[in-house]
Amino acid sequence: METARPPASASALAAFFVVLAALTALGFAAISWLPVVASEHGPGVDRTIVYILVVTGVLFLVGHAVLAGFVWRYSRGGTPEYRPLSPKVEWSWALLPVLALTVASEVGVLVIGGPAWSQIYGETPAGALEIEVVGKQFEWLVRYPGKDGRFGRTAAELVHDVRNPVGLDKKDPAASDDVVLRGALHLPEGRPVVVRLRSLDVLHSFAIPELRVKQDIVPGHLGRTQFRPVRAGSYELACAELCGLGHYRMSGKVVVEPAPEFERWLREQAGWFE
Amino acid sequence: MTIRSSTLGTPVLGLVLLALGCGGCGGKTSVPGGGPETSGGGSAEAPKAGAKVWDPALGTAGVRGTVKLAGKAPKRRPIDMNREPRCHEAHGGKALDESVIVNEDGTLRNAFVWVKKGLESWSFPMPSDPAVVTQTNCVYIPHVQGVRAGQTISIRNGDPCLHNIHAYAKRNTEFNFGQPGGSAEATRTFDRPEVMAMLKCDVHGWMSAYIGVVAHPYFAVTADGGRFELPKLPPGDYTVEAWHEVYGSQARDVRVGDRETREVEFQFEEK
Amino acid sequence: MIESSGHEGGHEAPRGFLRRYVFSTDHKVIGIQYFLTAVVMALVATVLAMLIRVQLAWPEKAVVAPETYVSLVTMHGTLMVFFVVSLALVSGFGNFLIPLHVGARDMAYPFLNMLSFWVIVPGCVLMLASFLVEGGAAAAGWTAYPPLSALGKAVPGSGLGQTLWLLAMALFIASFTMGGLNYVTTIVNCRTRGMSMMRLPLVVWTFLISAVLGLLSFPALTAAAILLLLDRHAGTSFYLPAGLVFGNETLPHQGGTPLLFQHLFWFLGHPEVYVLVLPALGIGFEVIAAFARRPPFGYRLSVYSILVIAVLSMIVWGHHMFVSGMNPYLGKYFSIVTVLITVPFSVLGLNLIASLWRGRIRLDAAMLFALGLVSAIGIGGLGGLYLGTATSDLYFHDSYFVVGHFHFTIGTVTFFGIYAGTYYWFPKMFGRRMDEGLGRVHFWLTVTSLFPMFLLMHYQGLGGLLRRTYDPTVYAYNAAARGLNLSITLLAFGLGAGQIVFLVNLFRSMFAGERTGENPWQATTLEWTTESPAPHGNWRREVPSAHRSPYEYGRNGGAEDFVLQSAEKA
Repeated sequence: METARPPASASALAAFFVVLAALTALGFAAISWLPVVASEHGPGVDRTIVYILVVTGVLFLVGHAVLAGFVWRYSRGGTPEYRPLSPKVEWSWALLPVLALTVASEVGVLVIGGPAWSQIYGETPAGALEIEVVGKQFEWLVRYPGKDGRFGRTAAELVHDVRNPVGLDKKDPAASDDVVLRGALHLPEGRPVVVRLRSLDVLHSFAIPELRVKQDIVPGHLGRTQFRPVRAGSYELACAELCGLGHYRMSGKVVVEPAPEFERWLREQAGWFE
Repeated sequence: MTIRSSTLGTPVLGLVLLALGCGGCGGKTSVPGGGPETSGGGSAEAPKAGAKVWDPALGTAGVRGTVKLAGKAPKRRPIDMNREPRCHEAHGGKALDESVIVNEDGTLRNAFVWVKKGLESWSFPMPSDPAVVTQTNCVYIPHVQGVRAGQTISIRNGDPCLHNIHAYAKRNTEFNFGQPGGSAEATRTFDRPEVMAMLKCDVHGWMSAYIGVVAHPYFAVTADGGRFELPKLPPGDYTVEAWHEVYGSQARDVRVGDRETREVEFQFEEK
Repeated sequence: MIESSGHEGGHEAPRGFLRRYVFSTDHKVIGIQYFLTAVVMALVATVLAMLIRVQLAWPEKAVVAPETYVSLVTMHGTLMVFFVVSLALVSGFGNFLIPLHVGARDMAYPFLNMLSFWVIVPGCVLMLASFLVEGGAAAAGWTAYPPLSALGKAVPGSGLGQTLWLLAMALFIASFTMGGLNYVTTIVNCRTRGMSMMRLPLVVWTFLISAVLGLLSFPALTAAAILLLLDRHAGTSFYLPAGLVFGNETLPHQGGTPLLFQHLFWFLGHPEVYVLVLPALGIGFEVIAAFARRPPFGYRLSVYSILVIAVLSMIVWGHHMFVSGMNPYLGKYFSIVTVLITVPFSVLGLNLIASLWRGRIRLDAAMLFALGLVSAIGIGGLGGLYLGTATSDLYFHDSYFVVGHFHFTIGTVTFFGIYAGTYYWFPKMFGRRMDEGLGRVHFWLTVTSLFPMFLLMHYQGLGGLLRRTYDPTVYAYNAAARGLNLSITLLAFGLGAGQIVFLVNLFRSMFAGERTGENPWQATTLEWTTESPAPHGNWRREVPSAHRSPYEYGRNGGAEDFVLQSAEKA
């Protein structure tokens, strides 16, 4: 028997779906959750996120509207007939989501996301500053090549947490002026930076949210990541891969400053063995 | 109260027993009970069964002396505590590495001197007070100390930040736990004699401390004047060892008679 | 195909409590045993979750110790994925439903089936016992990445706790493999007369594909676990490279790489998502068909979509490793194929929604949860796009966005599948109904806490909050994101309270629920042609044959609005 109004439970459920979808979309759209972006490739990452937000937002809202509508409309009783669909109808219905989703998702990967991906993992720009970041439980050690511009040799056997945290080899002349800092990363604004990544113990992940940088550090592998900071300021370096009981405390400071100030700062730093 | 695995275990086990409601699951009883609180495992080596109990109050023999460093004293490296601003400020930004501290007269601080051989046939009363390690302003206090095998070590965090106490040992059970700021003191023991066990804080790589675990009460750590004193020994033949975290260890054989105190000098070399 | 008549008279109902309820070879008893075991494990896993939430809401109080916190997140994940959802959904419902659905008197290998259950029991005990050992339970994450999981010096939980974790996982895999073999054999070989593959209920299709995926992917985890055990206890270096330093000393390992483990783990780990999600979808199809009185929209389409998902799921594992330093071209490949999974998934989702079209919806508790499941697939599936697209994953990797996302997919979808299935098949299990009023209370308490809770985690991820973080106040940049933690914790308490209603309903209804007849929902599939609870051997009379599609809902000539699958065509 078809009734004029659906039962209260159907109205409640339909309302729930509508409110859920609306509030969810509102939460994504009305508040800017992303931290400020401070790197050249960052806007490309953000663009990809926003693109997916829009695409999934539309699908999500339409899907829930239809779901809510169906729940509300078809809860009114009546006795439907048994009407199996022909394969042809099924297939033609499927074409819509297949085409829409294929295009929407691959555009996100290739057209929107592709350029930023290539920027992060592509050729190193000329004139890049090379620095080394060593992850260990639960500290970041940062090494600059010093005045000679060359990284000295290191060896795991030489590592001593207090006296030689990155394992510099005193015998290598290039090593004596290498600058080693605990938990502080200074970067010049506007200059491309290449970071060599090493770990002394377990997995870590080098993450600076404002720079949209995240790169795992795998022990045994010399990792790398590159970016160009374009906004001076003070940011935070985080470990993004579980590395033990102090994982949450494995933080560091990132200072992006204008190139001349950075150069002056670097000149003032004494080498580890000086 | 801070919840640790050991506190979780009991309700979990209870729940399982309740749920499975069977006695056939007794396999669990073979799992060693207790969490890190009862760490330790092996039994202490001393005192041996049948050993004579020595009351140190009766002792008349003694060994004392000096630990020196030959060569130019290395400059103490400044410690970059910037990542923990409170500690950085507490030291006025001028904290120094404690690895090698040489007194103005060329004697060496923080050398651990102990009777390595000669006391095997004796047993000694155990002090009831715990040994104490405190983490204050991101430094371990004391940097080097001796404890008795089996003696309680009380570990305290006076800082508002997290420290983890990671003990490295060869003969003793290693342990590793976090002490967030404001945590209650924790206690651990090293059950077997071992010179040295090391404590490290992985959050602050510059923090390390050394604990000499000894079966008897005859050990000392040098301070002003590089002096050490091991009084109230039973008369006998001994091997006395001095250990330093950078310079390694040296041993001397001495014979001390009744009412006699022998002077021993150790000299490490900075190359 | 073996005619199921070959089974006739093969079994005789066992006598004695032990043979009937404890060491039973009856697939229905075993299914319920699995289900109840999962309930126990769920209680433990939920308590762990609550402790996690308490710590996150009030980090300054340090309610749990940091090393215990990492054990909590590790064990919550492990227990929920492998010892709750896998056990209840795949092993529990799979065992209970498959023979009843395909028209068999029992599983193909009843003894193996019993064995599979009694192998998982010590597995559960070992998992839980690991909380008691020195150093506590495993603490390297549910992914157990080495070197953290390989070295006792790296984290306290990597002592005996991690060894027990690995042994328990080995038992789980053994049990799951026995179960999977049984499912595939039973579905392929033991169908009744007329039960062609295209007449199988969709839930059976999902169990079949889930079992095949499990059989193909679990060996990789088995290998990974054995190699990890060897690295831990036999001094090998499969995952351990040279130059690892602990306590200023270099470890003697050399030549291995932690990446090997990640590949092996995710070669299982990703398909495992579908091993769990597909049966939940299958249950959704069954329940929605019965309560909308309509055949599911696009049966064939759904079957093909499930097959496409199965194939794709085996070749996309690398999307968990976009930031591991893999070759950028490989990253691009994994990204391209990963996002394609949304295509068959959206087809399934739309089919579920379209199944309501022109139906006559009855909103019983089972149906409420099935519809909630549809919504959760939408949120979980669409959330996958952010993580499958490599460029945006750079930002979201290991953030709360991931946590929120997988709690919708392998959390909500699967749990709602379990709930919908429980309310729906409870009469067949116990001959009684669950209380409908309590069922509705359970549903509303659940959805009003669960959806906002896990959605807020998506915002937290967008704000950069990292997962597995004991105290997020260490960082300043995540202030807005972590500000949501207290709300999430309160919602979690609400969610937990809602589940108590379910437990009360479950156990009360077992003994005091309203008695039901053969077919309380007027559904069409074969399990409704036998009495409730189904007897040993499933049908007292001859096993029914399949004469038509499993979903002839709606009026078709007769007076009633459904025709049983076993009804002969006129």
